Amino acid sequence: MSQTVLPDLVPDRKLKLPREAERTLSSGLTVIAVRRPGVPLVEVRLRVPFGRAPLPRATLLSQALFTGTGTMSSIDIAAELQAVGGALSAGLDPDRLLITGNSLAAGLDRMLEILAGVLTDPAYPSEEVATERERLVDHIQVAQSQPAHIARVALLKRMYGRHPYAVQTPGPEQVRGVRPAQLRTLHADRVRPDGSVLVLVGDISPEKAIDAADKALGGWLGPGRDGDVPPTPELVPGPLVLVDRPGAVQSSLRLALPAVPRTHPDYAALQLANMVFGGYFSSRWVENIREDKGYTYGPHTAIEHYVAGSALVASAEVATEVTGPSLLETQYELGRIASLPPSEEELEQARRYALGTLRLGMSTQAGLAGLASMYASFGLRLDHLREHSAGLAAATREQVFEAAARYLAPSLAVTVVLGDADKVEAPLAALTTVERGTA
Amino acid sequence: MKIPATKYPIERFTLDNGLRVVLTPDRSAPVVGVAVVYDVGIRSEPEGRTGFAHLFEHLMFQGSANLEKLAHFRYVQGAGGSFNGSTHLDYTDYFEVLPSGGLERALFLEADRMRGPTLTEENLRNQVDVVKEEIRVNVLNRPYGGFPWLRLPPVMFETFPNAHDGYGSFEDLESASLADAEEFFRRYYACGNAVLAVAGDFDVAEATTMVERHFGDVPARPAPERPDFHEPDLAGERRSEYTDRLAPLPAVACGWRVPDPIGKFEDYLPYVVLTEVLTDGDASRLVERLVQRDRTATTIGGYIGFMGDEFQVRNPTALLLQAHLPPGGDADKVLRTVDEELDRLATGGLAPGELARTQARMATHLLRETDAVLGRALPMAAMEEQRGRPELLNELPRLVGEVTEEQILAAAGSLRPERRGVVEVIPGAGQ
Repeated sequence: MSQTVLPDLVPDRKLKLPREAERTLSSGLTVIAVRRPGVPLVEVRLRVPFGRAPLPRATLLSQALFTGTGTMSSIDIAAELQAVGGALSAGLDPDRLLITGNSLAAGLDRMLEILAGVLTDPAYPSEEVATERERLVDHIQVAQSQPAHIARVALLKRMYGRHPYAVQTPGPEQVRGVRPAQLRTLHADRVRPDGSVLVLVGDISPEKAIDAADKALGGWLGPGRDGDVPPTPELVPGPLVLVDRPGAVQSSLRLALPAVPRTHPDYAALQLANMVFGGYFSSRWVENIREDKGYTYGPHTAIEHYVAGSALVASAEVATEVTGPSLLETQYELGRIASLPPSEEELEQARRYALGTLRLGMSTQAGLAGLASMYASFGLRLDHLREHSAGLAAATREQVFEAAARYLAPSLAVTVVLGDADKVEAPLAALTTVERGTA
Repeated sequence: MKIPATKYPIERFTLDNGLRVVLTPDRSAPVVGVAVVYDVGIRSEPEGRTGFAHLFEHLMFQGSANLEKLAHFRYVQGAGGSFNGSTHLDYTDYFEVLPSGGLERALFLEADRMRGPTLTEENLRNQVDVVKEEIRVNVLNRPYGGFPWLRLPPVMFETFPNAHDGYGSFEDLESASLADAEEFFRRYYACGNAVLAVAGDFDVAEATTMVERHFGDVPARPAPERPDFHEPDLAGERRSEYTDRLAPLPAVACGWRVPDPIGKFEDYLPYVVLTEVLTDGDASRLVERLVQRDRTATTIGGYIGFMGDEFQVRNPTALLLQAHLPPGGDADKVLRTVDEELDRLATGGLAPGELARTQARMATHLLRETDAVLGRALPMAAMEEQRGRPELLNELPRLVGEVTEEQILAAAGSLRPERRGVVEVIPGAGQ
């Protein structure tokens, strides 16, 4: 006789945080080392404040960071890292330069030495920079043909107006104008230890790992620069912005809503309200427009945190012919969550999901490294997991409803649609005021 | 640098109904991964039913005897977990990762649908719509959609199982019927054709009891006979090109057949290492030459298996290279340079340290993937299914480290232009 009743869950054990150590070096660099034995590897994340850095130069710098030092070519750097099972790469967001890497645990010292060379003695050789510049231009050109990117560009412009976050990808022409000397200057000016955070996670002894970082990076010096980004402006609701993409077989639907940072008293309740609305598969929005109506494949929402402000963004790629109905259902679900409290059952399910994913995120070296580094960039440490878990566990139905009414009301939304305007403009205009925009 | 290894313990057993089970405990984090792999994939779908294996995967989430539509998702996520499934050429997997207290629930959910999904016309039509949107997102509405995994097989293979579009044509998807789904389940979703793997924080004896409790009475059905999909190697170079109306820049991919990944594993493994010698990082042969020195490519990457699952694919498969080119880039020139570099490698040998550093980096990649519970449950399930050797996952870093220079050179020497299939993307954007 097969079992027909859903087995109960065994209650979670108390949240256990990994062993860690932290030290701020005399240079102002903060080093956080976390022991998570798992596999015999180590993960590295280095965040360097980069707010308000000139976008074309900063973007090319992130692409060209590993092109050479006074003693090593780009090939040497890659080969020497590989020899300890390692690799490093760099990326940029509007707040920070982020260096990411990993290696065999026994290779940590060597990886840090190489990283130190890149940070303190960068060459930005003309030939290599020219290569990276052309590659970056090509990448941007390809990105500009991708609907997700075009929709993102249009949404950021609409959300942030004149704020520095409004533009996060430079134009190809701007990149073409960047010279190696400008990268050297920017590097000297902004790639500094003061205010930066290095996170090491893996099969390491935290104290020894910090000693190794202190030894390797002791020569990386220089006071931090003021890169503070002004607070983000409030979202200003208005007509739906329609960006034309002739012949598109799908429309990219994007809605931005206000949100609060992780430390705000409303945050746990807002996160739960977002879950119930659209923040995971078993949410109202996904069950409605995917599992009931079949309008879309992977609708999702996320609260995006930048240093200067947070926002909630809902995204769906929907068939061109159901673009109007998709917006209708989206507005309906936002209206519903902002106007009526969620059921107890919905809330408990969302709560368990939110708490469970915290545990899943901590279960790997890479997950922990990403979490520790991300938290650190907002001045938080891993013990914030405890505080946040408590907030999620305690949020009441009333608080979640209040948060939904405050942050998820459809009247607050900024909406952008990228699609075949000839086909979707009239159906959208039946629901809201539409104006044409550009990406 | 000495290449380390993992020693994940492995328990294997087979239930009376033929279901094979792999348990690999590790109590260092309070999470578990559950994977069920069925030995059926894109290569087994019937002619006129392209995309059916993947569509059927979607139907497995639509409910079963004790689970209404949406219940599977809600129960997994309501346990704090995540779920998904994926359809490959040779297998289809279903999986959950959850806080460890959800283990029995996950086993219940998998056992319930192993007895049979609830197949309704309404759910079928709904999921055909969802799959069409998935194809639009991933293929039709973006540049380089389906390149090269949907574009290269028809160039490299002759027979329907190996050559056809695994996402499926809209026509075939729309004409799929409930009878097709029932027949597909009856034929391929037998418990004798499946493997269950559980990784992470559990006690082996307790988990064994739970597995028996939930799967023990799944009706025994034997695995169907698995066809041999082998095809002879290419007799001469084959080329094709197409215009991608959304792509702004040219691209090219090529592939060579490689030895049977399972029957000839020792001959196959050098190709896996060779791929990394050629394309892993700035110090690899082809990246250094094409991207850094010649600037004839913007990026170049290489992998084995059209879906990048080199240790979970059966014969026939291929080593693939794919390059994105700068404006006005010349695919022929890129291919000639690839030939030149392969020749230089085959005749000139490796540089000192080149093989060791590649093997060290491969070890990191392999170990890093196994750090996640699903990074163990999923490959171990497929390795049990295809090889009866889930322990291969523990052995891979060492085996990769034992590949010799001689083997790499021989593998490089076999990648001749006359054995290659090529597909070129002509940029059609803004023209």
